Amino acid sequence: MLIKRSEGHAARQRLASVHQGFSPGGLDRRGFLRQAGLGGAGLAALGGIGPGAVRPAAAGPTNFGAPIERRKNVCTHCSVGCTVIAEVQEGVWVGQEPAWESPINRGTHCAKGASVREIPHGDRRLKYPLKLVGGEWRRIGWDQALDEIAAKLLEIRERSTPEAVFWLGSAKFTNEAAYLFRKLGAFWGTNNTDHQARICHSTTVAGVANTWGYGAMTNSYNDIRNARTIAIMGGNPAEAHPIAMQHVLIGKEQNRAHLIVIDPRFTRTAAHATEHVRIRPGTDIPVIWGILWHIFQNGWEDKEFIRQRVYGMEDVRKEVEKWNPEEVQRVSGVPGEQLKRVAQIFATQKPSTLVWCMGSTQKTVGTANVRAYSILLLATGNVGAPGTGANIFRGHTNVQGATDMGLDVSTLPAYYGLDENAWRHWCRVWEVDYDWMLRRFVSEKLMQTPGIPSTRWFDAVLLPRDQIEQPTNCKAMVVMGHGGNTVTRMPEMVKGLEALELLVIADPHPTTYAQVSNRRDGTYALPACTSFECSGSRAASNRSLQWGDKVVDPVFESRNDYDIMYALAQRLGFAGEMFKNIEVRDGAVSAESILREINRGAWALGFTGQSPERLKLHMANQEHFDVTTLRGREGTPVAGETYCLPWPCWGTPEMKHPGTHILYNTNLHVKEGGGTFRARFGVERNGETLLAEDSWSKGSEIQGGYPEFTVAVLKRLGWFDELTATEKEVIARVGGDAPDRVSWSTDLSGGIIRVAMEHGCLPYGNGKARANAWNLPDPVPVHREPIYTPRTDLIPDASQVAVMQASNGKVAAPAGTYPTMPDRRGYRVPHLGLSVQMRSHQVARDFPIILTSGRLVEYEGGGEETRSNKWLAELQQDMFVEINPRDAEARGIRAKDWVWVTGPESNSRARVKALVTERVGPGVAFMPFHFGGWFMGEDRRRFYPPGTDPIVLGESANTVTTYGYDPVTFMQETKVTLCQIRSA
Amino acid sequence: MARLKFLCDADRCIECNACVTACKNENEVPWGINRRRVVTINDGKPGERSISMACMHCTDAPCAAVCPVSCFYGTADGLVLHDKDLCIGCGYCFYACPFGAPQYPRVGNFGGRGKMDKCTYCAGGPQADNSAVEYAQYGANRLAEGKLPLCAEMCSTKALLAGDGEIIAAIYKERVQRRGYGSGAWGWRTAYKEGLAV
Repeated sequence: MLIKRSEGHAARQRLASVHQGFSPGGLDRRGFLRQAGLGGAGLAALGGIGPGAVRPAAAGPTNFGAPIERRKNVCTHCSVGCTVIAEVQEGVWVGQEPAWESPINRGTHCAKGASVREIPHGDRRLKYPLKLVGGEWRRIGWDQALDEIAAKLLEIRERSTPEAVFWLGSAKFTNEAAYLFRKLGAFWGTNNTDHQARICHSTTVAGVANTWGYGAMTNSYNDIRNARTIAIMGGNPAEAHPIAMQHVLIGKEQNRAHLIVIDPRFTRTAAHATEHVRIRPGTDIPVIWGILWHIFQNGWEDKEFIRQRVYGMEDVRKEVEKWNPEEVQRVSGVPGEQLKRVAQIFATQKPSTLVWCMGSTQKTVGTANVRAYSILLLATGNVGAPGTGANIFRGHTNVQGATDMGLDVSTLPAYYGLDENAWRHWCRVWEVDYDWMLRRFVSEKLMQTPGIPSTRWFDAVLLPRDQIEQPTNCKAMVVMGHGGNTVTRMPEMVKGLEALELLVIADPHPTTYAQVSNRRDGTYALPACTSFECSGSRAASNRSLQWGDKVVDPVFESRNDYDIMYALAQRLGFAGEMFKNIEVRDGAVSAESILREINRGAWALGFTGQSPERLKLHMANQEHFDVTTLRGREGTPVAGETYCLPWPCWGTPEMKHPGTHILYNTNLHVKEGGGTFRARFGVERNGETLLAEDSWSKGSEIQGGYPEFTVAVLKRLGWFDELTATEKEVIARVGGDAPDRVSWSTDLSGGIIRVAMEHGCLPYGNGKARANAWNLPDPVPVHREPIYTPRTDLIPDASQVAVMQASNGKVAAPAGTYPTMPDRRGYRVPHLGLSVQMRSHQVARDFPIILTSGRLVEYEGGGEETRSNKWLAELQQDMFVEINPRDAEARGIRAKDWVWVTGPESNSRARVKALVTERVGPGVAFMPFHFGGWFMGEDRRRFYPPGTDPIVLGESANTVTTYGYDPVTFMQETKVTLCQIRSA
Repeated sequence: MARLKFLCDADRCIECNACVTACKNENEVPWGINRRRVVTINDGKPGERSISMACMHCTDAPCAAVCPVSCFYGTADGLVLHDKDLCIGCGYCFYACPFGAPQYPRVGNFGGRGKMDKCTYCAGGPQADNSAVEYAQYGANRLAEGKLPLCAEMCSTKALLAGDGEIIAAIYKERVQRRGYGSGAWGWRTAYKEGLAV
């Protein structure tokens, strides 16, 4: 019976034949292994080694005399940032050793991390550039590939403006590569540059930044050890971030802490919880408000914290009043008594931390969800101290850093936005003329308009021209390090792929993009090397920037991301300007010099003190950091500094700011990593102050709230003349005719920041966090039913919606209903809401099961890399759907049966195996999202470039996921849709 | 002299399978052979617990007792290793083993078994330490380098402990006392003829 996803033994017969069919001929390393395992005959030839041999003599450290070099890099498979220690012998990665000295992973790994040595050994990688000619993959050289791609891009640019090209980057880039890719988009002349953050935590970034200043994890994995209550909502770290669980479980044990898991599934994390709260998918806000209802009702909130540091909590109170236990239970299914218990623990057993992941963010209400979570933390005073905080677990090695580097459609690096000031700032950093940059774009308006998000690129290809707010539809796409099965509505995505004139895939693996459509020409697959073959810094979820050294040279003909971008920029004609201050030798770009350029510009984020030298020093002294505080021990070269200088690390590297372990921590001096809430939203609203009251960071000379620092503010405080002559000169150059308006974030000298810190002040000011974020579509989060909901009683019917729409918003939704947003536009494309939600009334009967999706421990992301790894692939050989025994029985489905999962859009269907389990509740099904290579029942293995097909293929969950986007970031809805399941 | 043992803390194990892939990585174990695996009970239900399983290197090992060619041998550290040059792949040890540890590559077309393969505690085999031939037949010999098995060294939550039985038992006892719960050293009574009182 398939009660587990893997039963510990390999389905050898079936997969072995797959191995055989698609392996190149000859006795290669894998071929040998196969025969060693399967047949004695092949071994006889090897004489000395008996038939018991389990490995070929050619691999591994067979020459024990040759010197072994240890190199450190960072695991690429999630955001925890586990140090990988590689043993390299004669240029070959021969062994992996535990990184005991890393304060983050302390030697440990999960299944993925313990198997990363396979990555640069993998023979299923793209080996050389390929071009699709008449439906057949042909090997070509790098020069030919890049020449042809550049010529075609320039032709499209000429014909259809630069906006016709969509640039899709990667969260597996280093910070330096992510920055370079964003810069490439800018120099090309478009904001259509995006990466995976769009589909993992874009809503977190937007929601949390709009609450207290920065959209990132406030504390760290290690700091969870200090918590007395750990609540995990919409996350399953036991599978998605296993090393984080080390800190969670140790915290739980040492403090006898409460571990509360709020999730529709009884996850592997829930198995270790002290309390599991099962909710209906898509009801996070009712549950949070239900918890807050008890907190307010019993006066458990932190009144002093709210008074000093929070704006607009009264507005939240009004909304929360509606969510009495009965209503919460009616909507979410959670009993009031249970929530009361959770509320009391969370509010009184402090410090409490709230951990969340994509279960919260990948929603049509993603931004509102994370806002509600943040408000719960604010109401209970659980921000800015050890053991508290919003511990947001991100998904990729460097998704935090790639987001920070502005690899996004709505901002330049370091969250400067896209307005003229932002462009002028970065043009100054890049030392290019603003007017030259302007001419790269179609217009100033488009230069300042957010581009098309990665969740909608195919709509930008397919929709009628008049529905797209840019001169043309998208006609070409350049994808680096990004899977094709990660966006919802795959049947439509495939049509979009087929309509593109040019598709360029630069990746270690061909990815779903290479095989899922019936393209026959105009497609290139370029072998980019993996993260382990490339040096650079990576930001872990806790904002620490770990420097990873190249372990081995790029294998086969692969090249690293920097060099590919440089070679392309050369052919596109702007390498001279783009690499003006970046060191390039014989086509090899220096990662260090890119980081130095970032350091010169990313003031607003405090991404400026982390010079390559400081980061490398930290990596060389990992053992000197405390595992709980992440602080360097006295008497060591890193004394007093926080591990890998988590941003903000204010000012220049020479100022030696120690980095910020815990954001907004007023108990520390700013020079020791202390902070306040960022005064980002003005100083006053409707007569109420937005600056902190009676609260300041330790040692601050201004004892109370203050706005962000500018030259004008310095002058008013009488601190202006503390700037040095050089600093004043730089400020005068930046400011031109309005030097008073130069702020801490545009001052290229760092002088304003330096002076503010000298007085114990945060350069960004000392403001209040916002419980009411008036600029968002829902200033106070309100519950909105998922687009496809089985609870049609909780949404208005079509006639009521017609009345609502006719009244232009004056008529509210009927009491007890929670409709989604009305149809609107955003990011250059239409964004449908209510009109699609109304389909629920028609489809809920035929598609009665809620479908949700998530991660498995063995695989990551789109899964091409991990499904090609033989050690991981063996553990998880089938795509499956988890279905509750009750639903299975009603459908005559037995465990391990093949079933069809069908979705309510595009006649979508997926053929997968049934895993009958109580892990999901009745009426809920779960699919992992890592599979690809099958599409609507068809095995597409033959469409992969020969020899590059992953070992394990399967249907993609996103084949059956549906429409639905967050109004703020266009995050896709992957966690709640409807489906039907029947025997295949 | 140390008595080397394994101990899996089921209250820490999260079934991440790091031990499984670490073993594959370190010893280049081929597809289909699982020296280590993770077993889960009550999967998906309250009470779900996982445990990482491999050869426990038993005291008075039953595999050794039934082997017709006496290919098993004990080391001074209490490990149970075997000599693949003697093994005839008969499969008796598989039936005798209470933990299902022995693995066999399939040879030929009629389901024939090859030489038995199992966890060596990363201690190689009877060949010279860290020789190419030892590596080819048995995998790594970390013990000879002063290291412990990689599965335990890399365990994500430090659930799987390896080392001298008394030391790991003390670590486990301290852990249980601190947190107030523990389901015991699973398999110890069977493998080592002693429980672990905490």
